[in-house]
Amino acid sequence: MKTENMTLPGPKTGEREKRRSPWWEVWRRLRLNKAAMAGMAVIIVLVVVAIFAPVLAPKDPNQTNMKARLQPPSAEFPLGTDNFGRDMLSRIIYGSRISLYVGFVAVGIGAVFGGIVGAIGGYYGGRLDNFLMRCMDVLLAIPQIILAIAIVGALGTSLLNLMIAVGISQLPRYARVVRASALTVRGQEFVEAARAVGASDARIIIENILPNCMAPIIVQSTLGVAQAILSAAALSFLGLGIQPPTAEWGSMLSSGRQFLRNAPYLTFFPGLAISVVVLALNIFGDGLRDSLDPKLRQ
Amino acid sequence: MKNLLEVSDLSVEYRTYEGTVAAVNGLGFSLAPGRTLGLVGESGAGKTTTALAVMGLVPSPPGVITSGEINFAGRNLLSLPEREMKKIRGNRISMIFQDPMTSLNPVVTVGLQISEAIAAHQNLSDKEAEDKAREMLEKVQIPGQRYREYPHEFSGGMRQRVVIAMALACNPALIIADEPTTALDVTIQAQVLELMRSLKEEFSTAMIMITHDLGVVGEVCDHVAVMYGGRIEETGSLERIFDGPRHPYTRGLFRCIPDIEEKTSEIRPIEGLMPDPLDLPKGCPFHPRCPEAMEICRTVIPPVSDDGGHRVMCHLYGKGGEDRG
Amino acid sequence: MLRYFIKRLMFLVPVLLGVSVLIFSIVHLAPGDPAEVMLGPSATQEEISNLREQLGLTKPLYVQYGIFLTNTLKGDLGRSIKSNAPVVEEILDRFPATLTLAVLGMIFAIVVGLPLGILAALRQNTWVDALCSFFALVGFSIPNFWVGLMLMLLLSIYIPILPSSGFDSWRNFIMPTIVLGIQTMAVIARMTRSSMLEVIRQDYVRTARAKGISDRLVLVRHILGNVMIPVVTIAGLYFGNMLGGVVITETIFSIPGLGRLIVDAIRAQDYPVVQGGVLFFALCVGIVNLMVDLLYAALDPRIKAQYRAAR
Repeated sequence: MKTENMTLPGPKTGEREKRRSPWWEVWRRLRLNKAAMAGMAVIIVLVVVAIFAPVLAPKDPNQTNMKARLQPPSAEFPLGTDNFGRDMLSRIIYGSRISLYVGFVAVGIGAVFGGIVGAIGGYYGGRLDNFLMRCMDVLLAIPQIILAIAIVGALGTSLLNLMIAVGISQLPRYARVVRASALTVRGQEFVEAARAVGASDARIIIENILPNCMAPIIVQSTLGVAQAILSAAALSFLGLGIQPPTAEWGSMLSSGRQFLRNAPYLTFFPGLAISVVVLALNIFGDGLRDSLDPKLRQ
Repeated sequence: MKNLLEVSDLSVEYRTYEGTVAAVNGLGFSLAPGRTLGLVGESGAGKTTTALAVMGLVPSPPGVITSGEINFAGRNLLSLPEREMKKIRGNRISMIFQDPMTSLNPVVTVGLQISEAIAAHQNLSDKEAEDKAREMLEKVQIPGQRYREYPHEFSGGMRQRVVIAMALACNPALIIADEPTTALDVTIQAQVLELMRSLKEEFSTAMIMITHDLGVVGEVCDHVAVMYGGRIEETGSLERIFDGPRHPYTRGLFRCIPDIEEKTSEIRPIEGLMPDPLDLPKGCPFHPRCPEAMEICRTVIPPVSDDGGHRVMCHLYGKGGEDRG
Repeated sequence: MLRYFIKRLMFLVPVLLGVSVLIFSIVHLAPGDPAEVMLGPSATQEEISNLREQLGLTKPLYVQYGIFLTNTLKGDLGRSIKSNAPVVEEILDRFPATLTLAVLGMIFAIVVGLPLGILAALRQNTWVDALCSFFALVGFSIPNFWVGLMLMLLLSIYIPILPSSGFDSWRNFIMPTIVLGIQTMAVIARMTRSSMLEVIRQDYVRTARAKGISDRLVLVRHILGNVMIPVVTIAGLYFGNMLGGVVITETIFSIPGLGRLIVDAIRAQDYPVVQGGVLFFALCVGIVNLMVDLLYAALDPRIKAQYRAAR
């Protein structure tokens, strides 16, 4: 519990830290958060694994081997083999590429388009804002995964379509974050001043509004990547995302499902992989939010 | 006269990540039944912490009471178990908080917020507690039929009157009022203060009035204790303190009051800021700001010198005093 | 209050209209031709164009939308391409299963999430808090389809005490309820914890303690009353999300509900069912949000006063 301000006035941070930039201050607080640092370490490891997958994977992820079908975990196949005799470890290592790629690109799509919608709505206000926000309400009225399913259904199943579908279903949250920041910034003097010297609206938005909402956007995006990875895996699980034989965790889980009784490792490991990534991203996102807004830190 | 409340050698610390804050340091004072003590000082002097310590409500963690006794009606409150303390809180000692806008629960009717205090301490039926609460509302000049209304339907002054009704509901022997008028409009302040004074007379309740406003002290208090850096540096009767303040800090406080009658609009604030409570200066806590500081003030905590009940803690005055704050 | 309710109901209309436009466009962007789908690969070109004519697919899109909208307002969502049954009938057929699941999932989420959050906050910064918070974070992070399969592995295969599919006894509901509710449970636990920590620090809680009332009364009357306000909001927002989760749950546990209906319809390019199903989901979400709004007013007298003033 925080002590009351009444009894505890006076400066709490030393003079030294005050001179540093706010981002440095965020980093300082984040470093103290052990859980967040652990989350970050896991994410970094995963990114490294994804990048160096061809080097790290012991086998070709798509090389079938009918003589070694459904092997339980062993020295040769640490995570076993699937029904085509493919090495699960290698497939999971390669799968990290797709999951991270889909997660980041989908969030990129959502954040960029959502951000544009939010900035325009918040900056111009009035009817345009009203209309845009009603559109976001429409998107929010459909459960995210149903919306994504419908979009994938219409566009057809492909990697790009999957990312678009997940991105669109996340759009409203970014629109709202950016709009809220734009609304608070809009009336402030430095914006008025920029307008007075004849800066274009686009320039004001990019130079004044965007920097002001970077913090909440970064937090939303971190948590959003976690959500996107989950959604993408869910779509693949339903057979509406990445199609076999591509090594993707959701579809691996889906195809392993029929061997649940005899080869449970086929569903266990891909699910564990998804859980670890998403958990790490969520822990890191939580920590980031707390360091960006120390008022919320408990 | 037997004292109702005797606080001695009270020390409270807040142990935070940034360090230990010595909020109250070996503080002592006493209060006779029915009398009013003004606890004066800037914010950060430890007034609220003292009040919370008496109530047994110092937030813990991070608050820790490291030493002292709080004797109330012959019992040391600090050694009472929480169960016993609950019987005293709101019943024998109650508290009025600073901000009426935040000290009432927004989702509970004002009536229930009063009657629950009554129900907690008196063996009454719900109906009887409700009737009593309506009666208390009338006492603070709020129509009893507003029992079922919520705090947001009341103005700031009315809310503070609700809080007063709540505090007086069980006819306590002691009321601690923590800046009860600070958050109110100036016009309302006088009304609320007047109401408190008359109710205090009617119920013959003792009161600790915590304030930074010497004007309020002058209106309602019999005794004054001036706090600085978690200590009482000067205490005495209202007349003695107001007519002849001795401590340089107290004298500084009086110079801060604009005197409307004398038309000398010169206000001389005390220079400097309250010391960082994380790092109180050695010696007299006031020495960095004191215009009359001597070498000894930097190193030695001044003893108390007592002049017929007017006590001051300052090296400027005679040495023969007791060494209690 | 009633008038406010009607007003809120009116707000639902433009949103649903928007949903209808959106889903109509999405469905008609689909590359497949419904006539071809209906007739199968053996159909001749002439048969296909006849059917297209018959289905109104040759008309301009806005005319088609107009017809779709008018029919929808009349309560006619068209006929399924696959089964030729009226879409409304198919939906209403599947709805009870989905509704049961959703309600059970929500109850599970609240019954587990709320105490978890309260406990964590009351024991802040202890191992109890760490455990509850970590549990909530895990619940929020693990894919629910994986939870479903792992539960099935454990409780239907290794220790066979629960059936892995079907929908006839209460034992069928246990695993689907957990799978559907787990994420919302985690969200509620997290929200409850942070809301509790916020409320515990409030002045009015200190005032309540200063009255000497029991800790239980402080918690129930003064803390929880205020904690519930944001928790209800977040639970309401997540209800939509949870409703989407039935797609997964119904697939894993072979429950014939709305989620499966939509997924199957998308696979079969059965566009009237997709349209109708999505629209129906949006309607459910809208109604739940409306109910949350009313609950909100019941919990917070300040909001209720605003509604009264808004009359």
